This record gives sequence, structure tokens and C-alpha cells, in this order.
Amino acid sequence: MLSRTAEHLFWMARHMERAENTARLLDVTYRMRLLPASMNQPVEPWAQAWAVPLITTGMASDYYASYDALTAENVLEFLVCHPNNPSSIVNCLRGARENARTVRGAITSEMWESLNSTWMEFGQVGTEVLDAEHLGAFFETIKQRSHMFRGVTVGTALRDESFFFTRLGTFFERADNTARILDVKYHILLPSPQDIGGAQDYYQWGSLLRSVSAFEAYRKIYRDTFSSRRVAELLVLRRDMPRSLRACAAEIYNMLQVLAGTTGKEAERQAGELNARLQFARIDDIIEGGLHEYLLDFLERIGELGTEIHRSFFASTDTVARLA
Amino acid sequence: MNAAVEGPVLAYDELHGADGTVHPAYRPYVDWLEDIPPEVLKNKRVEADLLFRRLGITFAVYGDESGVERAIPFDIIPRIISASAWKKVADGCVQRVKALNMFLHDVYHDQEIIKAGIIPAEQILNNPAYRPEMQGIDLPGKVYAHVAGVDVVKVSDDEFYVLEDNLRTPSGVSYMLENRRMMMRLFPDLFARIQVAPVEHYPDMLLEGLRAVAPTRTDAPVTVLLTPGAYNSAYFEHAFLAQQMGIELVEGQDLFVRDATVYMRTTQGPQKVDVIYRRLDDDFLDPLAFRKDSMLGVPGLLSAYKAGNVVLANAIGTGVADDKSTYVYVPDMIRFYLGEEPILSNVPTFRLSRPDDLCYVLARLPELVVKEVHGSGGYGMLVGPKSTQQEIEDFRLRILANPDNYIAQPTLALSTCPTLVEEGIAPRHVDLRPYVISGADTRVVPGGLTRVALREGSLVVNSSQGGGTKDTWILEDGAC
Repeated sequence: MLSRTAEHLFWMARHMERAENTARLLDVTYRMRLLPASMNQPVEPWAQAWAVPLITTGMASDYYASYDALTAENVLEFLVCHPNNPSSIVNCLRGARENARTVRGAITSEMWESLNSTWMEFGQVGTEVLDAEHLGAFFETIKQRSHMFRGVTVGTALRDESFFFTRLGTFFERADNTARILDVKYHILLPSPQDIGGAQDYYQWGSLLRSVSAFEAYRKIYRDTFSSRRVAELLVLRRDMPRSLRACAAEIYNMLQVLAGTTGKEAERQAGELNARLQFARIDDIIEGGLHEYLLDFLERIGELGTEIHRSFFASTDTVARLA
Repeated sequence: MNAAVEGPVLAYDELHGADGTVHPAYRPYVDWLEDIPPEVLKNKRVEADLLFRRLGITFAVYGDESGVERAIPFDIIPRIISASAWKKVADGCVQRVKALNMFLHDVYHDQEIIKAGIIPAEQILNNPAYRPEMQGIDLPGKVYAHVAGVDVVKVSDDEFYVLEDNLRTPSGVSYMLENRRMMMRLFPDLFARIQVAPVEHYPDMLLEGLRAVAPTRTDAPVTVLLTPGAYNSAYFEHAFLAQQMGIELVEGQDLFVRDATVYMRTTQGPQKVDVIYRRLDDDFLDPLAFRKDSMLGVPGLLSAYKAGNVVLANAIGTGVADDKSTYVYVPDMIRFYLGEEPILSNVPTFRLSRPDDLCYVLARLPELVVKEVHGSGGYGMLVGPKSTQQEIEDFRLRILANPDNYIAQPTLALSTCPTLVEEGIAPRHVDLRPYVISGADTRVVPGGLTRVALREGSLVVNSSQGGGTKDTWILEDGAC
């Protein structure tokens, strides 16, 4: 497969997955924190909650380049549709669609139609969706469109390189996003141990779990109240939890085993190592060493893997010697 | 398509004969149409528009900063051509393209046609589309124009004129295929009632043709489609054809040349390329050989081509055969190379390099269309009936300054077909571009791209100027 095609497929999937994760993050923040009257009141502690999505997406400094005040309305606008934010939901939808358009021949027409129709419907949305009446439905639809895109991909694509690079993009982006969400939320939640068991605690942990569709899974698995240890275990180590780091790393490793060929051996090795570290880790060790430190290390490793994937598969080379 | 100008009102109507009766080819469709309420048609048109947008069948509009893509207007009323009328078009196009390929081979080898005194040497050698780099290069199968689009216009029940030959990178075939797909989606019952010849095998036929001309040393030729990129107006078509053929869609940056061999950059390292179906003009193909500023091409491509290690489709230098000044010689080429009489007529054309023709044309400028021989896209032309006295006099001076640079034709009326417009169904002018593929042999799919001028009375079918497209139905033999 063409290197350029592989790179477009990888980013097509990453953009769609990022749009979904941003929608998830904003959705739970909104549900938790927003009452209609607070829309224009940047008052503590309500406003604090709106810093979380900015920190999680790593966009805080970009945000303050465009806005002075931290308000729900501003954060929503910035992360949903601000033209200067390359990771806004709208820009992600455009990115997914533009990448798909460039490699239309390499994806199924159903995949293309799915991304194209989503972009046609939501590619131009502006602040009109940012009110109480529309916002919930908007986030829900973005999530559903992302589900649809993945479903269409799994349901229609030939299991060839195109498919595996697309799936690699999905899980790579998801691994990164879950690690960030967990890190930021965990940080904010842990400093108040006195709340454990309280109603606020229930809502806080509940919102974290909901943002990665893990609320019901937690109940099913643990049949108990929320604890930080179990939440961390669920989202870091459980292979059966589809948005956990372990599940993502396993999928990334699977994809790279298929894709490696002669050029991607190092990427495959790194993915294998990442997967093994999660597979054989114990949650108590992780907590003892500090979850934050663990997640930072994970983000660094996945960043290195991204660089290696780029070097192995996407970077242009004229060296015919590699032909041998 | 420069013959598309305002002409006499006496255009041939494809639906009604001279006596006002419905043409037999349209009879079953008209019977069906009579039972369909007008609102149903209007709804189908809206549905078609939505579907085209969702499928992303669009073209980019140059010069539009917002990068808006538009869908070409699609008319849901098919253009219907009888099997017998089509046979003449198909045979005529195949004959024409065979002769044009033989002409190109001859031009770039022994130039027998010049020695025979049929075409003057300067007509070929001084033509800007003539590529001296191609002289003496042997191409597999002696094929130059692997894909040709022959623009024809219907002037009577079984008579067609050729307006021009497109032998460089003819486009539009994706609309032929998507229009058919759309019609089958909108009106499945019609296809059960009327036997329409299928066109869906075009990509297979194209791939087969491309593989047939691969460099001879190759067992399993790697074929790619070279596009200028996602912002080219025809990008949709490039992507569509690559997908339909199951070949890689590459840009210049995906290819490189080492040791006179073309490789593409893949996730598993470089892979050798044998056949390039290129949708990039000659000038941009290789910055080392042609335009130095081309960012779209592949440095060194010409060296690989000359070494016979890669085949380009179409070949470099085909423009010398589809030039307007060469057009007038095509009937003579058919006689010279094939020993046959042309099946399709040219539009009568005056060459102003001939003193007699010049005299005749200068006396009748208000009635004629005068074109620059190397011009395209409607530039550098005089449309007599549409011009003021002053414009005609100005043009007369330009002609006199350099008569060799001009040809003249009578204003030609494109035939009309029933078309759904705001007021209902009304006749609108159409042309037709069948696609001819040359590989091991020369073939044409039963159909083509029908372009329609949607404005009343207009003869301009170009999509940039209010033109649309229709599905073209060739009836199966025996289906009348």
C-alpha cells in the first residue's frame, strides 16, 4: 500500500475517534456542571470543571490565545467549533472527511458515505448548537456517527492493509485519549478523599466512567461502590473493557503484527512491549508508584510508538535498497 | 467543445421526428412517462441531487476560495439512442481512433503520411503539441491514445458529426457510470421494461486495455492511476476509477525514478510500477524534461519511459493528433491508414491556410464560427451570428495577419432531447462523448456522457456554464 494512503487512513480514523472522545468529555462535563442559569457565570467552582476538558485535550494555552475568561460557553465553543482549534469537533470531522476524500479509492463507499454525510450535516455547525436545547443531542449524534463509522468499517472493509491502518488509527487515538481523561480526572478527584462514598463522589467517578462508556461495566464487574483503585484497574488493565489502555494496546499490537512486514519490526516490538507491560502489571504496584507517573510514562511510550509508526510506514524514502 | 454555439433553430429533435410523432426509440419510455405524475419526477430529481451530494460526486470549482465542491446538475430523463444509430457511432469511433493511433505511430516514426503528401510536414512538426522527445520510441502495441473521448453531435436520425477528438486525458466517464447507477436506483422498474445496454464493465475493459500494453518483460503488471491530487477538478473521477479497477491512486510525490525504473513508495518499501494511467497533462509529467516548476510530476519519468520500463496511458505527445488543425485531416487519415471510407463525418471545416477557403470565409464571417487552431475552451474564437460588426472587423484583421492560425465551421445546431426543467419537460440541446479504449484491440462501451445545456436555447453544454448531464441509454438490439 502507498505510504501516503496509509498515513491518510491512520489520520482519518484518528480524527473521527478524537471527535467522539471530545464529545464524550464535553458531554459529561456539561451534564455534571451545567445548569441553564450558569451559562454565562464564570463563577468558582463551576468554572473549574470547564478547565478539565481543556487540560485533557492539551489545548489550554491555545484556548487562552482566543479567550480571556474561562466560561462554559467559551470552552464549548472552542472545543466544538472554533476555527482556530485544530482539534475542535468540527475540525476533526473535516479532517476525517478530507483524509477519506484523498484516499477514497482505499476505503469502501459505505465508509466514505458515512464520513461524508456526517461532515455535510455537522461540518458547518456553529454556536447555534451550543445551547441546552441542542447540545445533548449534538454530542449524542457525534458519538453515534463515530460508532457508525467504526461499524461500517468493520462491517464492510476487506481485511487488508487499509483496514488495519484504519483500525490502528482508531485504537492509537483512543489509547491516548483514555490515558489523558483518566489522568486529569483522577488528579482532580483524588485530592478529596474525605468525599469517598459521598454523593459528590458518586457523581464524580460516575462521570469519569460515563465519559468512557464504562459506568455499566463497572457495576457489572465489581457490583460495589466506586473506588479509585477499581476505576483505575478497569480503565488501565482490563482486557475486556474496550476503551481501557490494555484493550487499546492489545489491538495496536495485533494490528502491527499484521502490518509489520519487513519495515515495521521496531514498531511491532514497541507495541508488543507496551502491551506486555499492561498485561502483566498489578494495579497495586501502579497505584503505589503513582497513577499519574504511570500514565505519563504510558503517554510518552505511545508518543514514541507514534514516531516509530511514522518512520516505518509513512516517511518517504527513495532507497531502493529496501526493496531487497 | 467549441462548436457549442448559438446556431440555426432547426436542430434535430431526438424525441419527435419531423412529422411530430414520437421516435420509436423513445416509445416505451414515453408510455411509462405518461403514467407518472409530474410531482413524482420532481421528487426523484430532489432525491437524485441529495444522493449525488451524499456520495460526494462533485467537482471542485477553480478560483473559489472557499473550496466549495459542486455537484454537476443531473437530469433524470434519459437520452435514448436506438441500437442501429449506436452501431454507426460505435463503429465510426472505433475506426477513427484506430486511424488516429496509426497516425501517431507514424508521426513519431517514419512519417509516411507526410511523404505521401497528405498532411504537410509543418502542420505536424511546428505544432506545439508535437513532442520531438517521442521520435523513434516504440510503444507496446503501437498504442498512443489508450483512452479517447470522441465528441459527437446527432444531426439526423442516423447521422452524427464528430466535433472533436480528445486524445490527451479525456474525462467524464465517471459520470457515465454514476448516472447509470443513479437511474437504476431511482427507476428500477424502467430497466425491467426497457432493455438498456449495460456500461458498468467500463473499468474492467479499461484495466484489461492498460494491462495489455504493459512493458513486455512483465508478467503481472503493476498498474497505477496518476492524479494531480485531491484539489483537481476531476479528482472524484480519478479516485472512482482507481477504486473500480482496484489499482493504486498515486500522486507525483508517491513515485520516484531510480535507474530508469519507476517505483512507488509503499508501507513495505519501494514497489516497481509498470503502467501509469495518468490524468496529468504532458507539461507536468516530468519537471526534468518539461515544465521545471511542476510539483505534480515525477522527476526522471521520461527517462524511464524512453527506456521502455514503464508505459504511460495516454502516451506523451498525443495532442498533435487531436489539435483542431489536425482534425480536418482525420478523414484522410482513415482512408490512408485503413483504406476505408469514414463512417462518421467531420463538421465541414475550412482551413484558412488555403487561399480558396480563406476567400470564402472572409466573405461569410457573420454566418460562421472561426477558431484558433490551437485554442481551447472557447478562447480566441469568433461566433459570427453572435458578434457585432466591430468584433467581426477586428477578427478579420487578426485572420489576415495569420490565416494559417485559423479554421472556420458553419454554426452547428446540437440536437435536442426532452429534459426536466422548471416549466416541465422541454427540449434542450445535447452532445455525446463515447469512450474508446485501445489495448489489444479497440473497443467502445455502449453509452457515453451526454451533456445537456439546461438553459433554453443555449448550446453551451459545459458544466462550468450551466451544463448538466444525462444518462445515455443505448437500446439492446431488437428492443427497437
